[in-house]
Amino acid sequence: MNMEKDGHNSAIRVQGLSKSFGEQKVLDGVDLEVAKGETLTVLGRSGTGKSVMLKLVIGLQKPDSGEIEIDGEEITKMQLDELNRIRKRVGFLFQGAALYDSLTVEENVAFPLRRHTDMTDSDRGDRVDELLSRVGMAEDRKKMPADVSGGMKKRVGLARALALDPEILLLDEPTAGLDPITANEIIELIRELQGERKISSIVVTHDMRSVEKVADRIALLNEGRILIEGTLGDLRQSDDPLVSKFIDEQKEV
Amino acid sequence: MKQSSQATGWQSALAPASAETSPKAVPGQATIEGVRKLLIGALEWFGGISEFCRRLVKAVGPPFEVRELLRQMDEIGAKSLPLVALAGAAIGVVLSLHTRDSLIRFGAKSLLPALIIMSLVKESGPIITALVVSGRVGAGIGAELGSMKVTEQIDAIEASAVNPYKFLVATRVVACMLMLPLLSMVACFSGIVAGWATNALAEPMSFKLFLNQGLGQARLSDLLPSTFKAVVFGFIIGLIGCYQGMRAKGGTEGVGRASTSAVVLSSLFVILADVVLVRIIITLFPQ
Repeated sequence: MNMEKDGHNSAIRVQGLSKSFGEQKVLDGVDLEVAKGETLTVLGRSGTGKSVMLKLVIGLQKPDSGEIEIDGEEITKMQLDELNRIRKRVGFLFQGAALYDSLTVEENVAFPLRRHTDMTDSDRGDRVDELLSRVGMAEDRKKMPADVSGGMKKRVGLARALALDPEILLLDEPTAGLDPITANEIIELIRELQGERKISSIVVTHDMRSVEKVADRIALLNEGRILIEGTLGDLRQSDDPLVSKFIDEQKEV
Repeated sequence: MKQSSQATGWQSALAPASAETSPKAVPGQATIEGVRKLLIGALEWFGGISEFCRRLVKAVGPPFEVRELLRQMDEIGAKSLPLVALAGAAIGVVLSLHTRDSLIRFGAKSLLPALIIMSLVKESGPIITALVVSGRVGAGIGAELGSMKVTEQIDAIEASAVNPYKFLVATRVVACMLMLPLLSMVACFSGIVAGWATNALAEPMSFKLFLNQGLGQARLSDLLPSTFKAVVFGFIIGLIGCYQGMRAKGGTEGVGRASTSAVVLSSLFVILADVVLVRIIITLFPQ
């Protein structure tokens, strides 16, 4: 936790974030900070608001209270145009990949490129090729999302998230429901990106293997708050029974 | 992007598929509570759809989503064509059979072509087209956007810094507004042909003569208002389909509800709008 508190060194900074749905309080004062080039993994049981937190960070939902800064800019009160300027710099992988049913695999990846770049058709085609080869999906570029498996969808989702060369990646369970080999490939891909492009990211996951491989720091979310935050080593040394239980049980999984 | 709550009381009352039975309490109290819920639900719905319209209006403008618009025009227009033509033809046949009998009784048989053509162009054509399209397209849009909503595809569009109102809603609403008048023309034409054919079986008459007799009295003020009416119907179908779809929640069941309520509400509002529009048209274009 020896992070610089200066806004310019943090890619994402979240303070006092709260969100309720009706009576149910999902997030209750979450503080988080992700430094530039750093990967923060968020762990937590199902239903603890991890996905909600990611959606708040990219402005898909509005928090009840709290602040969210992306690269030093407060986003919670932004107008849509300003927010979209920020969103272009952030790649988001949804838990269920959320590919557009009516578009082919390659059109899905081309979707952000078509709207936010002036690329010619052939340049865009090359870029889509490059992205799809990167996730090992170049062969299936003409298929519809309904015709590819869950793991393949996730890979295409990742390619789409990377299309605009984001500085920040938000990954919601990138390896959940995948076979170990595919999961490993995705983890390796994330590691490569961290190395090459110094992407800052928040990875929500249950998968301890990916935590070990990609996380610079880990935050454990429990009952709407961050229970503990630190490196994997810090968490392993924690006396908190819930922390050790979580880490040990995850390991067994 | 937060839409106002829940499947509301008044919609479930209108959509039998999603109606719920409540345990019987004291009858009077239950009725008051029911009416209260119904009113609040209706107000919420109108509030929600007004906000939805505001976002839609803001989303219209360059850059245009031309590809998606063309795709929707094909989906809504071209693919509804056979159905609309068939419905129009059926109405033509029925009109011809009914009016022929009545007119013969009054000795006004020569008015038959004019009556069939006028009633098709002014009323039956647009309304039957709107009802058929709200069944086919309203359900389609409600289900498509509903399933996009529950599978986070709409969130994904927003996360890609694309306005879903521009990409999904404006394209569908505009496609409906453009295609409805054309479809309505098709319904009128097939209705007129079918009406003539039915009549010709009883009493041979050339199609040209039928048209001449029918259109002899027609003026531009007979055609323009019904075209305008079809555009309004298109707007209602597109808007309500999109609105019900975008506020879907709760998995596949929610998608079903969105689709059902899109059809029920758009048909209902098409009919209500027809009443209002006919009144306005009669005031603006007195005979």
